[in-house]
Amino acid sequence: MTPYEPVLLRRLGLERSGDIDVYERTGGYQALRKALKEMSPQQVTDEVIASNLRGRGGAGFPTGRKWSFIPKDAPVKYLAVNADESEPGTFNNRVFIDADPHALIEGILLCCYAVGISAAYIYIRGENVPGARALERSVAQARAAGYVGRGILGSDFSCEIHVFRGAGAYICGEETALLESIEGKRPQPRSRPPFPAVIGLFGKPTVINNVETLGCVPSIVERGAAWFKGIGPENAPGPKLYCLSGHVTKPGVYERPMGTPLRELVEEHAGGIRGGRQLGFVIPGAAASTALKPDEIDVAMDFDSLRKIGTELGAGGIMVFDDRVCIIETLERLARFFRHESCGKCVPCREGTVWQHVLLTRLGPRQGSARDIEMLKSVSEQISGKTLCALGDFAAAPQLGALRKFPEHFIAHANGHCPVRDAAAVTA
Amino acid sequence: MLEQIDSLVGRYPTRRAALLPSLWLVQESRGWISRDDVAEVSDRLGLAAADAEGVLSFYFLFHRQPRGTVVIDVCDNVICQANGAEQLLSDLCARLGIRPGETTADGRYTIRRQECIAACHQAPAVQVDLEYRGPVRSAEELLA
Repeated sequence: MTPYEPVLLRRLGLERSGDIDVYERTGGYQALRKALKEMSPQQVTDEVIASNLRGRGGAGFPTGRKWSFIPKDAPVKYLAVNADESEPGTFNNRVFIDADPHALIEGILLCCYAVGISAAYIYIRGENVPGARALERSVAQARAAGYVGRGILGSDFSCEIHVFRGAGAYICGEETALLESIEGKRPQPRSRPPFPAVIGLFGKPTVINNVETLGCVPSIVERGAAWFKGIGPENAPGPKLYCLSGHVTKPGVYERPMGTPLRELVEEHAGGIRGGRQLGFVIPGAAASTALKPDEIDVAMDFDSLRKIGTELGAGGIMVFDDRVCIIETLERLARFFRHESCGKCVPCREGTVWQHVLLTRLGPRQGSARDIEMLKSVSEQISGKTLCALGDFAAAPQLGALRKFPEHFIAHANGHCPVRDAAAVTA
Repeated sequence: MLEQIDSLVGRYPTRRAALLPSLWLVQESRGWISRDDVAEVSDRLGLAAADAEGVLSFYFLFHRQPRGTVVIDVCDNVICQANGAEQLLSDLCARLGIRPGETTADGRYTIRRQECIAACHQAPAVQVDLEYRGPVRSAEELLA
């Protein structure tokens, strides 16, 4: 295990780490001070572009470039912060907000300064009440200290930050559904173009960034792009919060450089498979990614390395299952999730996720047929790429990936067997 | 309540954007959201009640009928499932004599199945009145 000094979670475990005095005492708001004193907004954007920071929500889009798409002359623009975090297997935003809410606020302020934004909305999932409370409190503290509001630190930069609570809907993590939700409409994704950079929240140009992405920004401004690029791979540098869950000895969030091998995360940081069992399969990038076999876990955990082997980093939700778990049953449960969360706007997703689930409720309990396998494939292909938002692709990807990589499990189920359960029955 | 709704409106460039915050306000003070509540809120925000109902019905966390004093949401997604969520849920239901989605006759508890709550490292994870609990080792732990 190579030594690594945490950036995003450096205040984790510190007493009262969410309080502004602790944050300031440990170097907090220095990046904002530096930016306001020494840097123009364009210089802040340029530094983030130079750092090659890529969005941590899953798409991996270069953050600085996203900022530069916002029309400079627009009088009103917004920042929407995506803290909706609802995909099975992800919980790093929650841990980060609990540990260091002011770091998120500082990242928000730096983005707003760089882009010329005077109002930011943090969209936090409705279930995360402790997180919303922590953020409300931190915003109030930051306002009292002169970091939020009018004429911040005596400059002519003004910025308001509002915490907006969702109410339980996975689709709200989709960026345009998130905007609709804030606007008080049914949270169904918008058709693009126009993109939110042009017509976003309340019809104004809008930046939408993930919590972890903004969490990286203060360190980039303070320590420089060159430092940031020294962490992890060149094409996707920086720290990454990996969520490890399932049958590992020590589930939790582990901060490591982007590109850390999956094996190291599972075996060293999370302590390996618990109870002396063997690894069955790993879903590396939360619910919407293709599962990996035990012999594939030497892959580097970054956007491009995972895409090369046909799966995704997503938001870094690594779900580990031991050799007693049937992948078809896992896929059945994930299909139920996507069926429940489909917003109903696009027919391929609305109807397709129902059929995926129905077919898997037959295949899972070993009552399906070879025809069900064919139909699962065809239905999933009919969803993929045919919907307004990525949720359709998310529902299709784990099924299509598993059909490609674990065909023997599907075939066995269609024939009334389960390789995992049969083996367990023999050893029992 | 209406004054509080008016103060929420000031945070947004449109009155409509105060809809979700207003509904939270109603639920947190009255426990659930009745049709009359929806009418009152939508009237204040200049919306048709049917329009507001359409938005409200999209979300899982809003209660549309009286619920138990304590609401227990049990995550049953894959990671919690791999850590005994089904057993926990059936123990809870057996102890209280209700099924998921129901409220005990004495009005004390409501139990629901919930989708992933971003607590996979605390599996099996539960929210009791939206406060995180986990790993939950037994049903008794939650009913104490």
